[in-house]
Amino acid sequence: MMLEQISLIAPELSLLCFALLVVLLDLFVKQKKVIAGVAVFGVIISGGFALNMWGAPTTGIFYNMLSVDKFAVLFKFLFLAAAGLVMLASQDYVSKFPRFQGEFYALVMLATLGMMLMAAAADFIALYVALELSSISLYVLASFLKDKKSTEAGLKYLLLGAVASAVLLYGMALVFGLTGHTCLVCIADAIKAMPISSIMESPILVLGIILLVVGFGFKIASVPFQMWVPDVYEGAPTPVTAYLSVASKAAGFAIILRVFFTVFGAPEWLSQNWGLLLAILSAITMTVGNVVAIVQANIKRMLGYSSIAQAGYLMVGLATVGMAAGADALGRSGLLFFLMSYTVTNLGAFIAIIAISNKINSDMIDDFTGMGKRAPLLATALTLCLVSLTGLPPTAGLIAKVYIFSGAVDHGLLWLVIIAVINSCISAYYYFRVVKVMWMGEPASDEKVPSTWALRTALAICCLAVLVMGVVPAAFVRIAEAAVKILGS
Amino acid sequence: MDFAYLSAIIFLPVIGAIVIALLPRADFKVIRVVALIFTLASFALSMVVFCQFDRSSAAIGVMQFEEKHSWIPAINSFYHLGVDGLSLPLVILMTFLGVLSVLVSWKVALRPKLYFAMLLILETSILGVFTALDLILFFLFWEIELIPMYFLISIWGSGRKEYAANKYLIYTLVGSAMMLAGFLSVYFSTGTMNMMELSGLEIARPFIPLSAMFFLLIAGFAIKLPVFPLHTWLPDAHTNAPTAASVILAGALLKMGGYGMIRLCVTMLPGVAVQYAPLMAILAVIGVLYGAGVTLRQTDLKRLIAYSSVSHMGYVLLGIFALTQISVTGAALQMFSHGIITGLLFAMVGLVYEKTHERNLDKLGGLARQMPVIVVVFSIAGLASLGLPGTSGFAAEFITFVGSFTSSIAGMRLYTLLGVLGIVFTAGYILWMLQRTFYGEPKEEYNGVPDADAVEKTCIFLFVFAILLVGIYPAILTNVIKMGVEPIIKLIGM
Repeated sequence: MMLEQISLIAPELSLLCFALLVVLLDLFVKQKKVIAGVAVFGVIISGGFALNMWGAPTTGIFYNMLSVDKFAVLFKFLFLAAAGLVMLASQDYVSKFPRFQGEFYALVMLATLGMMLMAAAADFIALYVALELSSISLYVLASFLKDKKSTEAGLKYLLLGAVASAVLLYGMALVFGLTGHTCLVCIADAIKAMPISSIMESPILVLGIILLVVGFGFKIASVPFQMWVPDVYEGAPTPVTAYLSVASKAAGFAIILRVFFTVFGAPEWLSQNWGLLLAILSAITMTVGNVVAIVQANIKRMLGYSSIAQAGYLMVGLATVGMAAGADALGRSGLLFFLMSYTVTNLGAFIAIIAISNKINSDMIDDFTGMGKRAPLLATALTLCLVSLTGLPPTAGLIAKVYIFSGAVDHGLLWLVIIAVINSCISAYYYFRVVKVMWMGEPASDEKVPSTWALRTALAICCLAVLVMGVVPAAFVRIAEAAVKILGS
Repeated sequence: MDFAYLSAIIFLPVIGAIVIALLPRADFKVIRVVALIFTLASFALSMVVFCQFDRSSAAIGVMQFEEKHSWIPAINSFYHLGVDGLSLPLVILMTFLGVLSVLVSWKVALRPKLYFAMLLILETSILGVFTALDLILFFLFWEIELIPMYFLISIWGSGRKEYAANKYLIYTLVGSAMMLAGFLSVYFSTGTMNMMELSGLEIARPFIPLSAMFFLLIAGFAIKLPVFPLHTWLPDAHTNAPTAASVILAGALLKMGGYGMIRLCVTMLPGVAVQYAPLMAILAVIGVLYGAGVTLRQTDLKRLIAYSSVSHMGYVLLGIFALTQISVTGAALQMFSHGIITGLLFAMVGLVYEKTHERNLDKLGGLARQMPVIVVVFSIAGLASLGLPGTSGFAAEFITFVGSFTSSIAGMRLYTLLGVLGIVFTAGYILWMLQRTFYGEPKEEYNGVPDADAVEKTCIFLFVFAILLVGIYPAILTNVIKMGVEPIIKLIGM
């Protein structure tokens, strides 16, 4: 019985083994490239196990602590893909901390492991432990450069993250106190069994929901819990920033979707209320993110604010899920598609930035002047990703926005969609500013910008995915639909 | 399955762009030939479609050369193309301008690879807009156009090019954002993205008030056409864009607005269109008169032509919202005619500027002696623009005014009479411009300025040929256009 269940967490187990192997190898192996190879190999193996489980029937394992379903598998694969691409891309960057490369890869793998467990968690306890595993790994990674900015980033992330965790735990405790359960499905049943009037009059439930929104809001960097983002994004090593901006955010959305949809998805009244709460937060988040991004001079800070804005668009999907109250899956699958699209797009942008800023030793947008001449391929890739972030064709970004907004329009959130599309127009301004300096300005020097083949591979994968999802999205849409079908049934 | 003509026409230019991108270290002479070959191929195919187009009465209101494949099943969206009488002339206009814009750019040597690739991508996206029959596909092509145009203006433009490019980008994005909201509300009210199914469909359970839907949809088109008071991006973009981009911008891109209004606003919401027709007609008349008035005051040759577009697009808007068979046919013909006339005018301005390095009317003068060919062709273009009989401008404006005068919409006669006044203004600024540029005492600094060379002559004579052909025998197009307009007017039932 137990053994069978162990085979169902093969992706996690294999990743853990490889992470430990990487730490051990680091003691003996001088050639650090070998360690990177082992780490990437481990991620691929784990990804293979995850792919293999796509067809597996939905079950709960370890006394319903974790659930094995397509939703979790899709997210596991997404996190692994992000981790693999980040590790490939960091080949150009790890020279900045030559002694600690083994730890770097191991920590990225452990953070990934935590996120994978988060996506699968079906119980508050498991959820919290998984969240802490990934968070603590990321705190360390953020301060990995050990210089002033990076240390500040790590400390800031740790302090604010700890507060957010405490708030989250408090929210979980309140919900537990009301219902007497920590397992998500049991809580949902308990709430359904309560008479509507007592739900409405229960301040404990309302407070619990609000605290959970705060705790998760920190993870996805929604306004007003976004304060840590710009400093951490700027100070952390760029590969870590890339990883934070996609995987960590995706993990946040995975748990919000699972918790809120499973636990608070019924009755309709409750669902629509948190839907509305998230809709309002979404409008504020995207507006703040976009407006503040306009004035940024540092490209990592700009992408930090841009990722806040993107979280706002993603929350449109969450709000739709709430307003729909389980009625249809368009909001959920739209959210998943947007996450897939956002992951490859944002990673692609960061990978191109790693290569460029590593050479010119600067993250300032003005120093990217003339990159179209110095590094035509990198500049083309970065342009493609920025175009996708703006939401223009022929890229994944447009399809993702159309998809997620169409669900929202269907559930009475037309006002939110109008705010969102106006925000997309604002975002064009700062995304195209980077495009402009890269292609229009005269370069400061004629020196070419080199990049390793590992980085170029990662970048090519991202760009290809952005284009494929933009031109023939049907296959990805089907995957997203299949993944959410299981959820909550 | 039959040969997918429309896909081939649309995607040939973009394939050309890819070929150009892959050419290793190519000289710009090779690049421009490749660009010419692909645009010519696309034009040739569009002529094949034009010849094979079924003009029998059985084909009225039927989409021809249809292609339909599943694309995004989740929102019921298809890769769905087709042409009818309304879109076919615009497709031909674009493929024709595609060839000519390559000829116009024959001497561009600054980063030619990127330049011609952008030009070709631009052509693909505009062709896509004119042939797409699915709302999301339409939107996709509509948005693609932004990126090449942004680069064309901001890299190869002149003057305040970056400002103009940004302004263009933001204006268009705001319009298309509203349009997307409109499309989605249409979709959730009806459950289909298919323009053919949507035409004349009674929207029983509208998601938002129909008039709100109408204005969401028309916002994007009104910015693009442009309709007064949303026109302020146009003079900046036109003035600062490189010649070929101005040719395409004025020639084909503005028509996306007019086409969208007829195809989507009027066809999908005929009742609302009738209701707001007087409002749109007033805006049209303001556009005509205000545009013409401002044009009179311009001293920059290129800006002058740009403002004249605002005025001439007012005729299109008037024709569309007079909502009669004849006026809408006239509006569609005016779109085609304005495309080639203004395209030629911009090409001529480009030539004058290239030879003299001067666009200021106060400093130009007496050029007739140095450039006899240019002066003749420029005059033909100018006269066509003011609607001289025998040119396409006359045919189009005459049909539009006849149509709008007979419209039963309240006040339309008055608006038509006011609109006709615009022609007087046009005669004023065109003749004044010709006089100040070409006549008067020859100036010393322009001694020895060359006339058009062989490639330039080929290019501008082709324009003149098209203007005269449509002017002398407008039925070559109106016979096609009316097949697309008839079913639309039937929906209005006036």
